[in-house]
Amino acid sequence: MGKPIFGLFLGAVLGVLDGSTAWFSAPEVRPQILSIVFFSMIKGLVAGVLIGVFAKKVRSLPLGILFGLAVGAFFAYLIAMQPNEQGGHYYWEIMLPGSILGMIVGYATQKHGAGGGAPAMGS
Amino acid sequence: MTLSDVTLEHLRAVAGEPDADGRYEIVDEIARGGMGTVYRARDRELGREVALKVSLQPGNEAGLEERLLREARVLARLEHPGLVPVHDVGTLPDGRLFYAMKRVRGSRLDHHFAAEPSIPARLRTFERICETVACAHAHGVIHRDLKPENVMVGAFGEVLVLDWGVARLRDDGVAAAPGPVDEAPAPGRTAHGTVLGTPGYMAPEQARGDVEGTDERADVYALGAILYFLLTDAAPPPDGSAGSPRRRNPAVPRPLDSICTRALAAEAGQRYPTVQTLAADVSAFLSGRPVAAHREGPIEWASRQASRYRTPLLLIAAYLVMRAALLFWPR
Repeated sequence: MGKPIFGLFLGAVLGVLDGSTAWFSAPEVRPQILSIVFFSMIKGLVAGVLIGVFAKKVRSLPLGILFGLAVGAFFAYLIAMQPNEQGGHYYWEIMLPGSILGMIVGYATQKHGAGGGAPAMGS
Repeated sequence: MTLSDVTLEHLRAVAGEPDADGRYEIVDEIARGGMGTVYRARDRELGREVALKVSLQPGNEAGLEERLLREARVLARLEHPGLVPVHDVGTLPDGRLFYAMKRVRGSRLDHHFAAEPSIPARLRTFERICETVACAHAHGVIHRDLKPENVMVGAFGEVLVLDWGVARLRDDGVAAAPGPVDEAPAPGRTAHGTVLGTPGYMAPEQARGDVEGTDERADVYALGAILYFLLTDAAPPPDGSAGSPRRRNPAVPRPLDSICTRALAAEAGQRYPTVQTLAADVSAFLSGRPVAAHREGPIEWASRQASRYRTPLLLIAAYLVMRAALLFWPR
């Protein structure tokens, strides 16, 4: 499996899991949970492909993680920009976990997927 | 008239210098061993610097010239980045046998280790030594005198295994006759009795003079002794009682201790069967995989996994902590 495809799948799965946590973290949005999970999956999927393409081009674990952070934060920001019913925003609730998920996908696409991996960081 | 010690020493050195009026111009002496002297020389024909290994004296006393020639042939037979290429073999005008080889630059392995405290970095150097020795074994050559003094490390970490003078070609008989060591050499010096090798680095069967029983596993033992040196900064005892490196350095990780102990097993059958299997275990340790020589407990297993997957575990933990914090964060 190529790195972009691997990133796509991993991003989509993590997006679904991340979106599902809204059921617990924001009970007031439970009526919209399906659309939240769906858009979270799409966000993870697109971010995952981009991070996977980067991993294919650049073989560097630190840079891969950094790129994942940036892409994850950017897409999470696009989602968080949409106001809720009260006109508020869930910047922290969406952007912080989204950024970390981007880092996880960045790490995973550097280490796995066809095309070889980067040397391990640390041990 | 009396001569000072310095003058006498100089005269001795000049008298010992080979008469190389032909193709090679001697520059200075690099090293001196039991078999010959290595000189830095200039190849007049090709205009390059080479190293000349010259036998100690004309005539084949104690088979030294035979060994020098054997070494040149062994090196010519093997092609590997870890071996010094031989350019030329011949006889100097004074009757001494010589061979010319590439002039290598770098530091001896023991000196290199003194300046390199990182165990993983040392192990990567050790892996390269194993690769070179494995290549020799694949061509039927057993080194039989591996020790830190016979390994050079270049400026870019390249490794060169030197001194193949006591090497045995698997298919062409023996280089050492059976029998005990005539007199015990100083640790770190190659014995020149009926048994060739260096105490501490010499496998027990080699030390006994068991020529038929000395095979690739003798080099595995010597590599185990180098690994012992790498882990403890101390040469293994000359009586072959090195045992576990953790006894000398308790900080040595248990898997590495097991690798070293297995390579240093007194019985050849208990050692790694090949250098590749030894190198594979070292490589497994370096990459956080289980090593064949060590049976780990559940705590060691968990610790190894945590160390191997430190980055993703930290990221997942960060995500979970973030989620938990957001769950309980007052709005």
